[in-house]
Amino acid sequence: MTPEEQTEFLRRRKARNKVIAFALFAFVALFYAITIVKVGD
Amino acid sequence: MTLTAAPIAAHLPADWRDFFALTKPRVMSLVVFTGLAGLLAAPGSINPVLGFAAILCIALGAGGAAALNQWWEADIDALMKRTASRPLPQGRIGRTDARDFGLLLSGASVGIMGLAIHWLAAIVLAGSIFYYAVIYTIWLKPRTPQNIVIGGGAGAFPPLIGWIAVTGEITAMPLLLFAIIFIWTPPHFWALALWVKTDYAAAGIPMMPVVAGEKSTRRQILAYSVALLVVSLAPWFIGGTGMIYLAAAVLLSGVFLALSVPVALRESTSEDSMKPEKRLFSFSVFYLFALFTALVADRMLLA
Repeated sequence: MTPEEQTEFLRRRKARNKVIAFALFAFVALFYAITIVKVGD
Repeated sequence: MTLTAAPIAAHLPADWRDFFALTKPRVMSLVVFTGLAGLLAAPGSINPVLGFAAILCIALGAGGAAALNQWWEADIDALMKRTASRPLPQGRIGRTDARDFGLLLSGASVGIMGLAIHWLAAIVLAGSIFYYAVIYTIWLKPRTPQNIVIGGGAGAFPPLIGWIAVTGEITAMPLLLFAIIFIWTPPHFWALALWVKTDYAAAGIPMMPVVAGEKSTRRQILAYSVALLVVSLAPWFIGGTGMIYLAAAVLLSGVFLALSVPVALRESTSEDSMKPEKRLFSFSVFYLFALFTALVADRMLLA
């Protein structure tokens, strides 16, 4: 892997990790909200 | 089926934007809109959090089905100008990654729908994903020129699912909303296929203009436009909507029919600008947004 490809590799991995983290937290928040609504019914 | 990947992509992880592109975000926006319209137009109410979850599930399901569709059609997409720049034909994403991503989104959407909303909505959602990814994409699209008619069924599911999410049952009204999109799809897509037919021919997809000829396709566009006028008025006839929807349906379906007449009566020449076809295609997108907006407005203002 050339240094340019190495930089691109790290950039893509970091960006993907951020998107996955965001999605996970969003789902945690959604499931929490759904649970509160269901318990309240 | 093989795929020639761009050299640099072979050992680099795919960019997250390529995964996002696999979900066909533009199609998804229409799916979200019609699903939301079905949800808002349904009698009864749903908690906003659950309503949001239902729409998210419909969007995730559509995204998963789109990813599975692109996974299966990667080599066909590579042959067409319109689709050649997608992540798979470009080699920016691995084929099995695309398949797994599609399966993950599909499974998650059905599971969450079942647990958070109810299982009837989840079963219909699962049915819609199977219908699009397997019955349409894998089985019938490469085999019959009626592929678009059949594929229209897949796009017609969102308002039905949105409606079921609220009411928990399948009645005549959501089935009519299904029928509207089902009948709307062939003239919408054939208007497009009339001017990109060379692409479909090159990819070996039996699109109606290629197989049955332009003349027959044009006649069928008109026939479906007449049927659309009738079906779009049906929700009012069964007493499911008020005057706002009726006025919008008469006006919009009337214009749709009026625009399809010149398409039906003409024949294209070489170097044809295809203006009537492009006009009908553009209006057909507006038609669906406007008709479903009217449906929701009718329910909100007159119910």
